Amino acid sequence: MASLYFNQDICTLCGQCVEKCPFGALEIKNDKIEINASCKMCKLCVKNCPVSAVSLVEDKAKKAVDKNAWKGIMVFVEQEETGIHPVAFELIGKAGELAAKIHHPVYAVLIGGTQANAQAKALQNCGVDKIFVYAHAALANFRGDVYTNVMEDCINRIKPSVVLVGATSLGRSLAPACATRYRTGLTADCTVLDIKENTDLVQIRPAFGGNIMAQIITTNTRPQFATVRYKVMNVAEKTEKAGEIILCPVTEKMLVSDIEVISTEVIEKTKGIEEEDVLVVAGRGVKKQEDLEMIKALAEALGGQMATTRPLVEKGWNDVTKQIGLSGRTVKPKLIITCGVSGAVQFAAGMDGAECIVAINTDKEAPIFKIANYCITKDLYAVVPELIRAVKAKRQ
Amino acid sequence: MRIVVCIKQVPGTSQVEIDEETGVLKRDGAAAKINPYDLYALETAMRLKEKCGGTVTAVTMGPPQAKAMMKEAYMMGVDEAYVFSDRTFAGADVLATSYTLAQGITSICDYDIIVCGKQTTDGDTAQVGPAMAEYLGIPCAAWVGEIGDVDEHTMTVGQNFVNVKQLAKMKLPCLITVEKDIFTPRLPSYRLKAATKDREVHMIPFTEFKDQEASHYGLKGSATSVERIFPPASHEGQIFIEGSDEEIAAQLTELFADRKYIEVER
Repeated sequence: MASLYFNQDICTLCGQCVEKCPFGALEIKNDKIEINASCKMCKLCVKNCPVSAVSLVEDKAKKAVDKNAWKGIMVFVEQEETGIHPVAFELIGKAGELAAKIHHPVYAVLIGGTQANAQAKALQNCGVDKIFVYAHAALANFRGDVYTNVMEDCINRIKPSVVLVGATSLGRSLAPACATRYRTGLTADCTVLDIKENTDLVQIRPAFGGNIMAQIITTNTRPQFATVRYKVMNVAEKTEKAGEIILCPVTEKMLVSDIEVISTEVIEKTKGIEEEDVLVVAGRGVKKQEDLEMIKALAEALGGQMATTRPLVEKGWNDVTKQIGLSGRTVKPKLIITCGVSGAVQFAAGMDGAECIVAINTDKEAPIFKIANYCITKDLYAVVPELIRAVKAKRQ
Repeated sequence: MRIVVCIKQVPGTSQVEIDEETGVLKRDGAAAKINPYDLYALETAMRLKEKCGGTVTAVTMGPPQAKAMMKEAYMMGVDEAYVFSDRTFAGADVLATSYTLAQGITSICDYDIIVCGKQTTDGDTAQVGPAMAEYLGIPCAAWVGEIGDVDEHTMTVGQNFVNVKQLAKMKLPCLITVEKDIFTPRLPSYRLKAATKDREVHMIPFTEFKDQEASHYGLKGSATSVERIFPPASHEGQIFIEGSDEEIAAQLTELFADRKYIEVER
C-alpha cells in the first residue's frame, strides 16, 4: 500500500492536478495541495504533475499474506425453489479457465434446502473438482446472516484463493458480508477476469456507468471476492470426469439468526421493454397489423419482446408502453433488431444506447443505417421468416 | 425510533470521457448532486419516522463540499446531518468506506434502523450497505421493495430475489438497502429550506472517531487497489451484411449465439 505525497518545495501550485483529478479530490488550501476523502488513488495527479512534485510513497509493508496458503477457485452456486441459477455454470466456466492458468482446483459451494443434495448432481460434469453441499431445511430461503455463516465454514474448510459470486440481488447481498468478515477485497460486476502467476485476480469492471474501465486487484488479503453478472462469462463445457460431492454438516451455531422468513412466493414476472435484453421493433415497413405476428414470432424465438415505433401505436396496433422513442420508452437492450424502421431522431434517442443494433430496411438512405451496427438493405418480409427459422434451429 | 440514512454526493453526470492518448479523464464540470438512489432511502427514512415517530439522521462520507448536499437533506426534513470528512478517509474502497461509515455512525449516535440506497451512480457496487451491516453485527436486508410492520423490536420487509419474493422479519437494530420505486421521493421543501437555513451540518473529522487506528481507514484500510483505468473498447464499426436471405439469417444467428444474445443448449 502507498499514499500520495505532495512535495511543497517543488510544487508550483499550478493547479494541473486539481483540474485533472476526475474525482475532485484535490484542492489548494493555504498554498498547499490537500487531498480529501473523494480520492480513489487513480494516481493521475502523479502522472500529470509537470514538475513531478507528486509522488507515491510506499508504506512500510503490512504483514504480507501467504498467498500459497490459499488455493483453489470457489464458486458460490445460487439456488431457489425454482432451481439453480444459470449464472453458476458461467462462473464455473470462468473458474475453470482461471484455475488452469495457476494449476489450482475448482470448487463449488451449494447452500440450500433439503433438495440441495439432489441439485448438486447438476454440477458434477462441468469441470468442478469438489462440490460442497450444505443442505438443511433452515437454509431453503436466503437469510444474509445465516448464509454468511455457512460461507465462512466452507471458506475455512477449503481456503480458496478466489471466490466468485453471481451478481444477482442475492449474490450482491451475500458477497459484501462475506468479504467484510474476512476483511478482504471485493470487486462488483466484473466484466473481465484474469489471474496473475502470483494468484492475484485481475478484475476489470466499468466505472462511471460504463464510460471508463478500471482494473482492480486485491493485493494483500485472501480470499479475493468478485461478483460477475449473468450472461457475461461463457458457460462451462461438459466434462467426462465427475466432481466429488461432499455433504457438509450444518451446525446449530450456523443457523443462529436475527432474521425470520415469514413467507415466500414464486413471482410471475411481466417484464417491460425497458428490462428486456433483446427487442425486435416493428416500424412502418410492416404493412398490415396481422404481420406483427411475424415480428412477434422473431422476438419470441430470440427470447425477447416486440416493440414498435410511434406511427404503429397511433394506428392502434400496439400499446404505448411498448413504444420506443422520446414520446415512448427509452430502452437499452443488448440486442435490438429494427424491422422496417426509418430511424427518425425521436426514435433513435430512445434506443441508441443498445449494445448491438441490427437494422433491416429496404431504403438504403434510411437514417437508421447511420446508427446501426449491422445493416441489411433487404425486404423484411423475406429476411425475418428466414431468421426465425435459423434462430429456432440454433436454439434446439 | 432512531433512524439513520446514508447518502452520497455523486458527479452530476455519468458522461465522463477519457483522452486516449494521455489517459486523462475529461470532466465537463457538471455540478455534484445527491445520488439519485439515495432519494428513495431518504424518503423511506422520512416515512418510517412519520409512521413510528423518532428522528432521522443523515450521514455521508466525503469532501467538505458534501455540506451542500446535506443542506438539501435538511430541506427534505431530516433532523440532523453529519459529514465524515478527513484526508485519512481518502482512497477508500468498499471495505474501508463501509468501515468508516460504520465507525462514524457508532461514534455519533445510537440507531434502530439504518437505511441506504441500493447503489450509487458513480461506484455502482451496491455493496457498502451489506458490508456495513457485517461490521456493525446487525441483520441486513438488501434490495427491499416494501416495508411491512415496524415495532420497537422488529421490522418486516419484502425483498425480490430472482424468481422468489420473500417476506422476512428482522430484529432491530438492522440495516436495509431500498429499491428504487419503494416510495416516490419528496421534493425539497421551500418552507423547510427557510426554516433550516441556519441549521448546522456537523463536520466530523477522524479525531472524533472511536477507532483511532488510522490504518483502518482510507487507502490503508482498503483491500483492493486500482491498477489502471482505461477507455472501453471503442464502438464497433458498421457492417453491411449481404447475400441471400438464408445466408444473412445464418450469419446473424451465429453472431447472436457468439455474443450470448440467445441461449444455446449446452
